[in-house]
Amino acid sequence: MSNSVYIAGAFEHPTREAPDKSAMQLHAEVARGALADAGLPKSRVNGFATAGIPEYKHTFKGPMMMADYLGLRGVSWAENTDDGGGAQLTHMAHAVSAIRDGKCDVVLITLGGRPRSRAQNTGTGGTAGTTMQDNFEHIHGNTVITRYAMVAKRHMHEYGTTPLQFGAIREAVSYHAQFNDDALYPDPVTAQDVVNSRTISDPIHLLDCCVISDGGAAVVLVSSDVADELARECVEIIGCGESITHHDAGRMNILETGARESGDSAFDEAGISRSDVDYASLYDSFTVTVLLELEDLGFCEKGAGGEFAESGALKAPDGELPVNTDGGGLCSNQPANKGGLTKVVEAVRQLRGETAPEVQIPNARYAIAHGMGGDFVTREKHTTLLLEAPR
Amino acid sequence: MTVPEQWEPRETPEVDPETAPFWRAAADGTLLLYECDDCGLVFYYPRAFCPDDFSPNVSPKPATGTGRVYTYATTDVVSEWPSDDLPMVSAIVELDEGPRMLTTLVDCDADSIAIDDRVEVVFVPTDDEDVAIPVFRPTD
Ligand SMILES: [Zn+2]
Repeated sequence: MSNSVYIAGAFEHPTREAPDKSAMQLHAEVARGALADAGLPKSRVNGFATAGIPEYKHTFKGPMMMADYLGLRGVSWAENTDDGGGAQLTHMAHAVSAIRDGKCDVVLITLGGRPRSRAQNTGTGGTAGTTMQDNFEHIHGNTVITRYAMVAKRHMHEYGTTPLQFGAIREAVSYHAQFNDDALYPDPVTAQDVVNSRTISDPIHLLDCCVISDGGAAVVLVSSDVADELARECVEIIGCGESITHHDAGRMNILETGARESGDSAFDEAGISRSDVDYASLYDSFTVTVLLELEDLGFCEKGAGGEFAESGALKAPDGELPVNTDGGGLCSNQPANKGGLTKVVEAVRQLRGETAPEVQIPNARYAIAHGMGGDFVTREKHTTLLLEAPR
Repeated sequence: MTVPEQWEPRETPEVDPETAPFWRAAADGTLLLYECDDCGLVFYYPRAFCPDDFSPNVSPKPATGTGRVYTYATTDVVSEWPSDDLPMVSAIVELDEGPRMLTTLVDCDADSIAIDDRVEVVFVPTDDEDVAIPVFRPTD
């Protein structure tokens, strides 16, 4: 028991467009929200993690800038890993170890940014970059979207997956979004609507892509001793897993992602099986992202993700595995182009029984939250968390 | 060097000592792979050591420059890319030597490409005459 680590506070910023705020301010607002949710004062924070803040140069200074701005004193453990969209899940996995090691007992993790207000060209960048590998990739002009489209096309080729099956993922998630007052795109769409939307890079259509939103989210992790002090019931983190997969000297199988290994690690640690999971928050930069995660996290056979989605399994509250009941990155929020932390927030809401009633899973006990960074085809970082409801 | 019709000289990739032989060979019309002298792994992209056993005993190995389309995707939207070069067909080509490489397909009608189509390498010049970029075009 004393080794357990809990999520005491979770908060998602309600805004999706923040033209009149700074990125720092968004971090502060979500930090305040998560601490209030936990019932802890800022003075209790002794661990802090945040990824780089793209608005500012020297993003490696992110945690220093932010600790200064927020007025955090006595931070004895800090983390600024930026492994992309799942960065804050990585921070959580690392914070679990730090808390278990006694390095800190109240960890604040923040995400915030304004890509929508800054009108960033997200996903279409294609010119030579700055890493060694970019010379062999970006120099060819391929973009984030074409890389995901190449994966979708290969999946269709090997397994007979159809564009309508990719569309079924957004259909389920958009059904959920209508019950989220904060969702950027709250209108339900059908799989056919997705296929009818503008082609971005065949077979990826406009509605296969996630939103670009301003905003943020934050969580507060605590030791079991701190959890015992609190008035609120806390969600336990029962398993964590991380994995990097890549090009592998030219042997990459683009249909197998790091979610397989990160998922296996998390399930091994948690000691539960796939069938125990009541709710899944899956990183959804594109519909094909969800499809591969469903397969690689072991919720269906390899190649069967399309059929699984089409069967209605992803729809709450009655589907076999409801996914992204907040509307996810596809319909609700992908703050700062790093939607990972919102996955945790919705999983916490499900386990506390605090989601919209129409999508609340009755007696949800176990949830999975999965984040990824980098991108398919080149190199990816996956982080998986398994969470258990308060009892 | 065979130059595809629709391509202007491209921005030059960053050439460092480790990868210079690859880019120089491309400018001479050769696609270079590397082979580990110890374990025999043939790999792409170039590295000064073997990514399997960390051996520094690796040798350049000219590729045949032929292969097949493993997957591909076409797009009209690429930031800062010359509009004359759009739509762009991104692809992963599986070389006959084994490695798969991310590249571009040229001299082709995007609607008529299919997975497993045979392709051959051609080279796009850059502003630096000693550096060229390998891309592929369909063959019969
Ligand atoms: Zn070797």
